[in-house]
Amino acid sequence: MNGMLISGAGIVAETLIEQGCDTLFGYPGGQVIDLFDALYEKREKIRFVLTAHEQGAAHAADGYARATGKVGTVIATSGPGATNLITGLATACLDSVPLVAITGNVPCSLIGRDSFQEVDIVGVSMPVTKHNFIVKDVNELADTLREAFRIAKSGRPGPVLVDIPKDVQTACCEFEPESAPAAPEPVRQASDHRLQKAAEMIAAAERPYIYFGGGVISGNASAEVLALAEKIDAPLGCSLMGLSAVPSDHPRFLGMQGMHGHYAASAAEDEADLVIALGARFSDRATGKKERFSRHFSIIHIDIDGAELNKNIHAKLTIRGELRDAVSRLTAITKQKRHPAWRKRIEALREEETRRTQESHDVLMQKLGSTADTPRLTHFEIIDAVSAAVPQDAVIVTDVGQHQMWTAQRYPLHTPRTFLTSGGLGTMGYGLGAAVGAFIATGRRTVLFTGDGSFGMNLTELAAAVSEHANITVIIMNNGVLGMVRQWQTLFFDRRYAGTTLNRQTDFVKVAEGFGAKAARAASPAELAAALAEAGKQDGPFVIDCVTDCNELVLPMLPPGGSIDEIITAIK
Amino acid sequence: MSKQYVIGVLVANISGVLSRVSGMFTRRGFNIDSLTVGETETAGYSRITVAFHGDEDIKERIVTQLEKLHDVKEVEVMDQHETVVRELLLLKVRNTAENRQDIMTVVEIFRSKIVDYSATALICELTGETSKIDAFIDLMKSFGIMEMCRTGIVAVERGENCLKTAVQPDPV
Repeated sequence: MNGMLISGAGIVAETLIEQGCDTLFGYPGGQVIDLFDALYEKREKIRFVLTAHEQGAAHAADGYARATGKVGTVIATSGPGATNLITGLATACLDSVPLVAITGNVPCSLIGRDSFQEVDIVGVSMPVTKHNFIVKDVNELADTLREAFRIAKSGRPGPVLVDIPKDVQTACCEFEPESAPAAPEPVRQASDHRLQKAAEMIAAAERPYIYFGGGVISGNASAEVLALAEKIDAPLGCSLMGLSAVPSDHPRFLGMQGMHGHYAASAAEDEADLVIALGARFSDRATGKKERFSRHFSIIHIDIDGAELNKNIHAKLTIRGELRDAVSRLTAITKQKRHPAWRKRIEALREEETRRTQESHDVLMQKLGSTADTPRLTHFEIIDAVSAAVPQDAVIVTDVGQHQMWTAQRYPLHTPRTFLTSGGLGTMGYGLGAAVGAFIATGRRTVLFTGDGSFGMNLTELAAAVSEHANITVIIMNNGVLGMVRQWQTLFFDRRYAGTTLNRQTDFVKVAEGFGAKAARAASPAELAAALAEAGKQDGPFVIDCVTDCNELVLPMLPPGGSIDEIITAIK
Repeated sequence: MSKQYVIGVLVANISGVLSRVSGMFTRRGFNIDSLTVGETETAGYSRITVAFHGDEDIKERIVTQLEKLHDVKEVEVMDQHETVVRELLLLKVRNTAENRQDIMTVVEIFRSKIVDYSATALICELTGETSKIDAFIDLMKSFGIMEMCRTGIVAVERGENCLKTAVQPDPV
């Protein structure tokens, strides 16, 4: 034995360093005092970021992970500290974000006795983590943590929770550091036979369309996907999670498809004779009516996660494998194709989209012009002003709701990992914590688009943003209502606005100032431009409360389960 | 077309593994007909046998989701025709002078065993496929079943097909 004899808490700190953790988000408490003490010892190597709430810490670790591709780490105490992580873990789980969450628990002898702040967090978090552990023997602690990091980043990434009872933190054992972080498990590569079959299907297709998802970002496969599109002359569209994988202005890119996606993307998918799905899972939000998938076109589905294949839709050909490898091998064996008629059709769809967007905008302006007696901004004006004012490499974060969809539709993105949003779980309140994590991870200007509903949920993280001098520009699209649900009520519930009118008297400028942040209100393009200029100079968060109109709708809208013929592009 | 599938699931023998496996079924809306769990020939491994009804599609989804669980080492869909499937039943029936002979006849025909005899009650033990157990229970109903307990299915494939816990010894 040539290891050192150290405490479980010390092992946690040493193992985190060994695994490459440089930042830990969290909140202290009774059952993690020992861990915090050991981490304090190592504060030169691991930066601890104290959030205002454990949920914010989980979202911050998530933002850190999404912005960098590294494993995010978060720590919380037992009981309520641990349960407060759950929404953050579920958010990360549905969007395949690698996280390691460490929780303290009561000593082993008190487990199962409903002790103070005791919760079976392994049981509670089981369905919202990729895997979880409780460590009851200090001798297994280091290897369990290594395994947690390995699982988090292997294959399709996801969150892993490690629960450590207090007596395991204080017990001592030998510790031998590993020389390198845990390597991800080798993944199964796509079979030659199936790739060959895919190449044949592509050769036979006349109207191919590529639908990609977040797997392209987590699998670092952007260049490979674009190369395939180029070789087979196919347009591309993506799910919400796929945004930022390819530049928004790429000539082949039609944008996000689905419920609030671009008309041209959804229509192109509908008219295609072959859909090539890459690192996407055919979520109901991205697909609309599922029946059409068996009707029109054949599908090649490539994913690293075998359980996604044939889960939501049946593909003619499924290929399990690492995306980057599979796509580059597929491109290599595929014959170059040109589809002039299909290209022309895509151009026509784009023109149709432009026409419909213009129409929708005209209708909106007409409506706002006639009803608005106070100055206000439209989402077009806000998004365009922000993208003109902030650097191209800024990290764009959103909350959940109308503002999220507008940003997803319109904000010009240039590089992968610059668009962070809660796609699968749709977590209102995700944004501010994630923005703190993203800024700390990258040091780059971070913009949070949020709404008055979402922002109200976790605005307490302004405290952390101020303490950490996080350069976050918070854009609140403040329309006084819970816009997305209200939109459904407008369209499908006869305008009965149950529970969606906020009618708050909250002054977000004063709130922000109360937290020590700078803030301004903007109701006109000039005010917004001035506020953005001011925000750009700030060291620390700057909140811009933008006055918007509650009658703006997210369009186009493919009604739930609807087909392309039912798409709503303008409301008269 | 919906039919019954039996799958063998080899798992790490650690606390919580049964929750993970059964939790996957609950969370994704799959129904379990029967689930049994026990130790295997190799320390550190348990074997879970799950029977469920569903179509090919549901079966595939169950298998791929199970394979994703970290503690699951191997999943095998048992071939209906190449598998020995057994269930054990303990059934307590009312012991009366007028029924005793009839009960004994049924017990004999089904190759069941009386494993406990008291003045008022008999306990029958029966091993067999589910259909045999069901038929036996049906016949016993008229005699007055006092209580019963069945284990659920265990299943092993015939011949060389095995759920491997470790390196298998070579066939001699």
